[in-house]
Amino acid sequence: MSRNILSDGPDWTFDLLGEYQTEIARVAKIYRLDTYPNQIEVITAEQMMDAYSSVGMPIGYSHWSFGKKFIQTEQNYKRGAMGLAYEIVINSDPCIAYLMEENTMPMQALVMAHACYGHNSFFKGNYLFKTWTDASSIIDYLLFAKKYIAECEQKYGVDEVENLLDSCHALMNYGVDRYKRPQQISLFEEQKRQKEREDYLQSQVNELWKTIPSQHNEAETQKARFPSEPQENILYFIEKRAPLLEIWQREIIRIVRKISQYFYPQKQTQVMNEGWATFWHYTLLNHLYDEGKLSDAFMLEVLQSHTNVVYQPPYNSPYYSGINPYALGFNMMVDIRRICENPTEEDKYWFPEFAGSNWLDTLHFAMENFKDESFISQFLSPKLMRDFKFFSILDNEKETHLEVSAIHNESGYRAIRQALSEQYNLSNLEPNIQVFNVDIRGDRSLTLRYTPHNDIPLANTKDQVIKHLYRLWGFDVILEQETESGEIKELARCPLATADNV
Amino acid sequence: MAHFIDRRLNGKNKNTVNRQRFIRRYKRQIKEAVSDAIAKRSVTDVENGESISIPSRDMEEPIFHQGKGGKREMVHPGNDQFSQGDKIKRPLGGQGQGAGEGDASDSGEGQDDFVFSISKDEYLDLLFEDLALPNLKKNQLNKLVQMKTHRAGYSNDGVPSNIDIVRSLQGSVARRIAMTAGKKRQLAELEETLAKLQKNKKENQSEIALLEKEIEQLKNKIATVPFIDTFDLRFRNYEKRPEPSSKAVMFCLMDVSGSMDQATKETAKRFYILLYLFLTRTYKDIEVVYIRHHTQAKEVDEHEFFYSQETGGTIVSSALKLMDEIIKERYDSEQWNIYAAQASDGDNWADDSPQCSDWLTNKILPVTRYYAYIEITTRAHQSLWREYQILADTHENFAIQHIKSVEDIYPIFRELFKKDATADVA
Repeated sequence: MSRNILSDGPDWTFDLLGEYQTEIARVAKIYRLDTYPNQIEVITAEQMMDAYSSVGMPIGYSHWSFGKKFIQTEQNYKRGAMGLAYEIVINSDPCIAYLMEENTMPMQALVMAHACYGHNSFFKGNYLFKTWTDASSIIDYLLFAKKYIAECEQKYGVDEVENLLDSCHALMNYGVDRYKRPQQISLFEEQKRQKEREDYLQSQVNELWKTIPSQHNEAETQKARFPSEPQENILYFIEKRAPLLEIWQREIIRIVRKISQYFYPQKQTQVMNEGWATFWHYTLLNHLYDEGKLSDAFMLEVLQSHTNVVYQPPYNSPYYSGINPYALGFNMMVDIRRICENPTEEDKYWFPEFAGSNWLDTLHFAMENFKDESFISQFLSPKLMRDFKFFSILDNEKETHLEVSAIHNESGYRAIRQALSEQYNLSNLEPNIQVFNVDIRGDRSLTLRYTPHNDIPLANTKDQVIKHLYRLWGFDVILEQETESGEIKELARCPLATADNV
Repeated sequence: MAHFIDRRLNGKNKNTVNRQRFIRRYKRQIKEAVSDAIAKRSVTDVENGESISIPSRDMEEPIFHQGKGGKREMVHPGNDQFSQGDKIKRPLGGQGQGAGEGDASDSGEGQDDFVFSISKDEYLDLLFEDLALPNLKKNQLNKLVQMKTHRAGYSNDGVPSNIDIVRSLQGSVARRIAMTAGKKRQLAELEETLAKLQKNKKENQSEIALLEKEIEQLKNKIATVPFIDTFDLRFRNYEKRPEPSSKAVMFCLMDVSGSMDQATKETAKRFYILLYLFLTRTYKDIEVVYIRHHTQAKEVDEHEFFYSQETGGTIVSSALKLMDEIIKERYDSEQWNIYAAQASDGDNWADDSPQCSDWLTNKILPVTRYYAYIEITTRAHQSLWREYQILADTHENFAIQHIKSVEDIYPIFRELFKKDATADVA
């Protein structure tokens, strides 16, 4: 084997970037990393801040909140409160990755391995991304969105559009579909199909109720709620059903909804995505080092950054701010490899399906078919829980004390794994609020229902959000909650019922 | 497969629009901060932006999220002392449960205010917008006009010292090519045939002689084309254009007699700052001269102007006299745009007021672009105001206004300059 060491910089050149890229790509192929083509863009720190504040959208429409984010980023950066991310990578085809000009050669190589082969293959392989995002069209869509919103601003005024976007942003988390494939059909088609479905349903109902006196039938339909099933995609419901919106307003709601949907998988795969990318930059670069392509100095710098990234401060450290997704994800990936290659008795007991199997197959399987929540509940091993010294704290409002509900011992493994998995379950973190009813025969008021998880109440921002919702809906909006005893409690209402205007 | 793109040269300000949107949205709050900042700045300190702070609660982006309470279970790393079933006292402030919620707020650093800086331009724009002086910027103040010589292409005639050698030689080369090209081609053809014929010298003797003669003639013709002709000459052309002078001097006159208290001076300072800022919009170089006076006038620096205390009577004309001297000595009214702002509480020694009027009419107003007098007082007007009122009616470039409190400054400032703007349009 020829020992031709690649230059270790520290300064990088485009030629050198190309050489490293080729080497990394070659090794990535050995490990069967399937990626979109890479488009690697070198940018300055300021441009990185730009990219940062547009929440990872390479082309963003104009909105003050991005300006606010930019100013915050800039201030923090200038004060030294935070470093900039080394890279940003965008789930698109070709996959766009930004490298910062200031990075040294080893850092650039690390970032390329991490973003262009780690994240990139994750975007291409994971089922959530496959289901919910269309990498090849996102750039075009963002471009369309930017243009469309700019046109609307010209036609209808900046304030008008800004207000609408504010309201949409407030409900952005409630603009995602969770359980069906995104539909690529036109509004017309959709309405047609909806009608067909309704007609069909109607005919079914009529069949069923044929024998019952018609009087009764009328009373039943009057009571029927609209929508008949609660809807969790509030923005979608508003886009299709809000009575007073104009077409362009519906289109903008749709844009926000689509963008929210595009980011939805990323929110649910933070640990896995970062863990996967970190695992691969570590593995790929070590492979190159073992081949003798990388110098010791190069590798030391890489390892230093790597170690910083995967550091997990303990709960009592001043630096502690929750579990580091890089640390958890990376260690889980490494652990899966260990379980496959050198399983202990414990591993064989806990993971009979894959202990001792081909590690690459298992890792690819894990990457493709899970999200954070299920990944943790499937693959978190007792050894890792011991290594992290996990313990679980139960905070029940009704008790005066916090309780340690489980620690990293035989009786606690399952409980901890369960609790940690729950912690990454988005539907436990975001309040469950659904469109419950519209008073279509009365004042057209919209009723939302909040179903608390573990008795956790809604934060006070609800009053503000309801106002935004009112702006979109155009008629009264009511937020209510069903208590344990089955009573309906009103949480918020907009506009406030000051005088009875019945 | 991968390809690299160097984006470093692309504009770095992709986000400028969003930043402007942000400022636009929070204009009210930012403007308050800007007008607060004015009092703290030196009159001439307009080079810097300003650090602005807005209460963060004003700019929240609300979303539905979970509040405190209920039942939560959180997993933490690094257990060093706990066993299952341990009870721990609830930490105050709910620390240790919110962490890692994925809801890390931007208030993580415990900031109450959102602090950021705006650039000089943004600062000035906001300030002037606050003044609601849209026409002011468009209708610039009258400027002194000077003639300046500019290069303006080339011409066919001129004085020898303005000959442009390169241009002239280009012309000469072009002319020579045009006049000789045909002949040279002919010459080449003839020489070719001659060379052919010369292979058999004896047979073609007569033809060779003929050809040689022809070649001779052609060569002569080419040689007679002159190397340079008057036709080739090009001269650098100059023309004179009017150019507004970018130099301005601003005189700040203030009464510092015992009757002027610090609050009155602060009010006056704001007025001077505004005037200065306003002038920076129009002029590149601005000098400021501070003249303070009681019974005697003195030129001082900014700090002394605003902060030193003196007592005594008031003779306003002393300041005007000094101003006139300074203008004569240092600021030639042909080259400098002269502005003056005078602030006083209206006190003047009664016999002096007619003298002031005199000085202004005869010496100062004819050379100044604009002279503004503001009277900061809550009392009734005195002789000086009455004298000045007469002047204001007869002179375009003289204006007086009465300020009762700080809030009056913006409207008054606007009032003062509106007059000028409309006069300009008319």
